Amino acid sequence: MTLDVVPPVVSELSLVGRLAQRWRSSLQLRVAATTFLLSGVVVALLGLYLQQRLTDGLLSAKVTAALTELDAGVTKADATLGSAYASDPAETETIVDSLFEDLKRATPTGLYDVALITTSSTENGRISGEISDTSIPARLTASVGEGNKAYAYAPLRYLDGHTVEGLIAGGPVISTGVGPYQLYYFFPLDQEEATIALVRRVLLTVGAMLVVLVVGVAALVTHQVVTPVRQAARSAQRFATGLLEERMRVRGSDELAQLATSFNAMAASLQSHIQRLESLSRLQRRFVADVSHELRTPLTTVRMAADMLHQSRSQFDPEVARSAELLQTQLNRFELLLADLLEISRHDAGAVELDTEPVELQQLVRQVVDDVRVLAERRACDVVLDLPGDPVVVDADARRLGRVLRNLLGNALEHGAGQPVEVSLRAGDGCAAVSVRDRGPGLRPGEAGLVFNRFWRADPARSRHTGGTGLGLSIALEDTRLHGGWLQAWGEPGRGAVFRMTVPLRVGASFAASPLPLDPTETESTQTAPAAPQPRDPVAAVLPGQPGMPQ
Amino acid sequence: MKGRVLVVDDDPALAEMLGIVLRSEGFEPSFVAEGDRALAAFRDFKPDVVLLDVMLPGTDGIDVCRQIRAESGTPIVMLTARSDTIDVVLGLESGADDYVVKPFKPKELVARVRARLRRTDEPAAETLAIGDLEIDVAGHVVSRAGGSVALTPLEFDLLTTLARRPRQVFTREQLLEQVWGYKHAADTRLVNVHVQRLRSKIERDPEHPEIVVTVRGVGYKAGPP
Repeated sequence: MTLDVVPPVVSELSLVGRLAQRWRSSLQLRVAATTFLLSGVVVALLGLYLQQRLTDGLLSAKVTAALTELDAGVTKADATLGSAYASDPAETETIVDSLFEDLKRATPTGLYDVALITTSSTENGRISGEISDTSIPARLTASVGEGNKAYAYAPLRYLDGHTVEGLIAGGPVISTGVGPYQLYYFFPLDQEEATIALVRRVLLTVGAMLVVLVVGVAALVTHQVVTPVRQAARSAQRFATGLLEERMRVRGSDELAQLATSFNAMAASLQSHIQRLESLSRLQRRFVADVSHELRTPLTTVRMAADMLHQSRSQFDPEVARSAELLQTQLNRFELLLADLLEISRHDAGAVELDTEPVELQQLVRQVVDDVRVLAERRACDVVLDLPGDPVVVDADARRLGRVLRNLLGNALEHGAGQPVEVSLRAGDGCAAVSVRDRGPGLRPGEAGLVFNRFWRADPARSRHTGGTGLGLSIALEDTRLHGGWLQAWGEPGRGAVFRMTVPLRVGASFAASPLPLDPTETESTQTAPAAPQPRDPVAAVLPGQPGMPQ
Repeated sequence: MKGRVLVVDDDPALAEMLGIVLRSEGFEPSFVAEGDRALAAFRDFKPDVVLLDVMLPGTDGIDVCRQIRAESGTPIVMLTARSDTIDVVLGLESGADDYVVKPFKPKELVARVRARLRRTDEPAAETLAIGDLEIDVAGHVVSRAGGSVALTPLEFDLLTTLARRPRQVFTREQLLEQVWGYKHAADTRLVNVHVQRLRSKIERDPEHPEIVVTVRGVGYKAGPP
């Protein structure tokens, strides 16, 4: 299954914006990032702790060894110097020298160094190895001077200039004869340093690997969960665009497989419903076409025969002649009704297509007015046109728009009680509107919403002698809807009625407001005409007394 | 004026009724019920106008229309039960000059037939130019650089109407009146389809017409000569 889903359009976003978008849109990224943060913190803490413990262990062993060595050295020095008593400094020097040599000899070469330092005299201390006596921190000297054994970590400065981290342990040598001496041992910690560094490196490597592993596992697991979900989303998207064959692949029997199975079941059910509706609609269309043909052919013959009879009615008896007349007029009615029924049935079946072209509305209005001239003359009704000077051109199906206007105008002439009918045309923002106003009995409250109902009549008690099939306004509404426009009615008892058609300049384009008011009393009562409030439902009617309130 | 009308319709009652009406108006009708035999009947009878039902057993009306158009420019009026855009346009595109939707009134039909016969009146000797075409009105010949272009009478009328007033923009309604002879309530799709058909015959590039030019929102006019 190849999936080509166009990603949502990301236009001109900054890098940060894109990252933020990615962050919001990818569960996998969020999980991986969170896991990285958490596991990173845990591994870092763990590593620090381990390293600390290891360092402590290493150093405490060193300290113990150093103190043991120091004890031994101090005891030896005490013994040597404590028993010696010499007034001659040269002799003392010799004793101390020999002691130092003894101490030096006891140190394994290179492992550590020893220093015997006097604090009272100006004589230099004795130091084995190449260590400078400036390595000994002052606070250690002070502590030893107070008679304590002490140790400190300090860099060991060698005479050649290089320094090594070290442990220095020192203790006082108790002597009676010669001036106070202090004995120091210098333990270089370079090996321990190296060990600790190695351990740190190992810990870092292992920690990093661990974090990578954990993040990888998290990403993998999320991927395993997210992929089917993404696939489901894509499948749903494709299904929604009309690819009814779209299904998800079912693997295994886990929760995700259940998701896929449920999705597929839903898709199959929807598909079968849609297909049934489609085949119904196809059947309906087919039926309409068949009825159309099967009914119209005999009707044509009947029509022509009736016409022949009607033309020669002067030769018949009065009763037969009247019958021929009745036949003729009722055939007209029957034809109109059949045409309207077939038309609305085509609308119901969705079998209507728009044949759009640029239509100049002024011209269309004039033509429609011309078409209904006979009816207007019969009703003794004037038609007053209010057309703008600039041509108003919309992309529309001229035949259908013309039929809408013919219906509205015919309706107004039928119910206009001989009063003038006003037809206004205005271009608006992205749309154009035509309103037809009559000054007949108008509509009672609530009727504005009913006028578009099929076979609805303003007064059931009123005789049916008015022309029209009762479907005209319903078809007009469907035709307007097909253009993406509005058809609305307003009426008040005694004040006439207004029917307003608003169509977009291009079929299906959206627009916000009609340039003509639906309720004419608004402009009559106030000189500055406020914009007519628009009902949200484009085909809703407006109740009298409640302008702007959709029913 | 005696006109020979070939009626191609499979409904015997309607055919008979059409015969009655046509005869009462002074036409001379002839009948054929099957589409398969329509072309042979056309060749035998040599009608001035053909009335052709779209729905026929065997070869349907659209195909019959193409067959007749392939060898003659005789006016064809389609009888259709459907006013859907697709059916009408399909009929017109297959070469019909006009159509009437059932159920029609006898007067309406007769008016259409007469309108198609009207142009047999003797035209004045006249030569017109439009684009790089030359029109011999009396001889009913359109030629381009010596070679003639075959047009049906209706297409010829459409072209000459535009060519007579080179700078005038004709609305579809004006063309319906002047070419078809209809004053009211005719379908402007007639004009659209026939302009397309005419263009496909006379334009060098029908996608970018230079002889019959569309004036958006208004209609058509002749291109610069």
